[in-house]
Amino acid sequence: MSIEEIENQLVEEFGLFDDWMDKYNYIIEMGNSLPVIDEKYKTDKYLISGCQSKVWLLAEMKDGNVIFKADSDAIITKGIVNILIRVLSNQSPDNILNANLDFLDKIGLKEHLSPTRSNGLTSMIKQMKLYALVFKTKGN
Amino acid sequence: MKESTLNKIRSDFPALNQKINERPLIYFDNAATTLKPEAVTDSIVSYYNSINSNVHRGVHFLSQEATDAFENARISIQRFINAAHSREIIFTKGTTESINLVAYSFSKNFINEGDEIIISVMEHHANIVPWQMVCEEKGAKLKIIPMDETGNLIIKDFENLICKKTKIVSVSHISNVLGIINPVKKIIEISHKYNIPVMIDGAQGIVHKKIDVTELDCDFYCFSGHKVYGPMGVGVLYGKEKWLEKMPPYQTGGEMIKNVTFKKTTFNELPFKFEAGTPNVGGVIGLQAALNYLSATGLDIIYDYEEVLLKYATKKLSSIEGLKIYGTASNKSGVISFLLDGIHQYDAGTILDKLGIAVRTGSHCAQPLIDSLGIQGTIRASFAMYNTKDEIDKFAEAILTVQEMFG
Repeated sequence: MSIEEIENQLVEEFGLFDDWMDKYNYIIEMGNSLPVIDEKYKTDKYLISGCQSKVWLLAEMKDGNVIFKADSDAIITKGIVNILIRVLSNQSPDNILNANLDFLDKIGLKEHLSPTRSNGLTSMIKQMKLYALVFKTKGN
Repeated sequence: MKESTLNKIRSDFPALNQKINERPLIYFDNAATTLKPEAVTDSIVSYYNSINSNVHRGVHFLSQEATDAFENARISIQRFINAAHSREIIFTKGTTESINLVAYSFSKNFINEGDEIIISVMEHHANIVPWQMVCEEKGAKLKIIPMDETGNLIIKDFENLICKKTKIVSVSHISNVLGIINPVKKIIEISHKYNIPVMIDGAQGIVHKKIDVTELDCDFYCFSGHKVYGPMGVGVLYGKEKWLEKMPPYQTGGEMIKNVTFKKTTFNELPFKFEAGTPNVGGVIGLQAALNYLSATGLDIIYDYEEVLLKYATKKLSSIEGLKIYGTASNKSGVISFLLDGIHQYDAGTILDKLGIAVRTGSHCAQPLIDSLGIQGTIRASFAMYNTKDEIDKFAEAILTVQEMFG
């Protein structure tokens, strides 16, 4: 599926909730369902530091697409990490670099992406794009 | 506090009349900054709409009016903290600048290689980093007073730390993370036996306790306006004249000079020697209005009520299963720091915000303290005179909702 298709799917899923609590319960559910990464990767090498919550991010190249794996110590952050992975993982470096992620505004999660929120998510997106750029450069 | 007094106070703070996420705001982030009574904002607007003028230099009418208002505020703050002279009151941007001023200026003349500076484990970064910089520059050492498991500073260890090399002691009056009231009088007494000056970081102290710098006998005391219902960007450094006289200027420029030639500049007298540039006149007038508001409401009434709120909240929160309070010593004020079993403080803070409750989560600019507790951060609820028992009840219910959502 293309990034846009997945984004539309997410907007639809989140459109089902008219109550903030249901929405956050869904994010928590997504946080809990994010596949765990091996504890050995939870080191400073993979850490994206936010002063409120931590995010660990790994990336590898498979069949021309970037595969992301990530984790966070806070569940809400982890839920949003899961959303970002759903959208950006298993995509080509070019598609990742071009993604504008406007859908986060549509599903009312933009507040979590503010740099001042210091939960590591803004830096995570930057880092995902950076990985894409590195893989693209290597590929070329 | 009488219900009518509480209602009157609440009506004086317009920010309380707003909804956050469609719920009435419950503001429990007072240790970060308090809301402002209309008396404060009115005084600032009135200053800018009438006597706005630069101080100390004009011969015209408005300049004189502004100077009088500014210097009257200095006298009123001197009286509020019972300092001996108004020239011992220096206006700064806030607590952080006050500490930086002392760290820079005191160390210039009094700290040399091998000397020692004592702070405590529960300091805010603002009372750690300026001293660390001094130590780096001068080759001095930073010594740390530890605390016990309830959050009390261990005075015996402090007595062992203090020695001939100690040149200054700087500790917080009340911990911004734990709310513990430190035994500053005892620390001052011990330090003075060795003729060592003591600086008290009163950022949290000023709003919860009657401050009498003469009775405390501290050498420096500092606070921010915005944590005591005043405006942001203005603060106070109290310093004993005998020390301030011996310290060189911190910043240079206009206001703080006596004569300037290209060969040599002589400096103005206290307090102006430490107030380079045009001061925050509107801010100072706003701060005076805030302190007047406190006095008019009655300091004892406020402090007693805050104690009632703290006790009520402590009891209420302690009864919640899976909730752990950090800082359990009995001498506390204004603040409860806690964690919920298995729930990240960021998650809890996010949901509380959705429920209209403003709390602070994280390390509260006191990472060494948080590290020493072996945790990543806490959820901090901090109270002010306008908070109510009903808000605390709603807070306790909200915590149960958080536990349910993450359980």
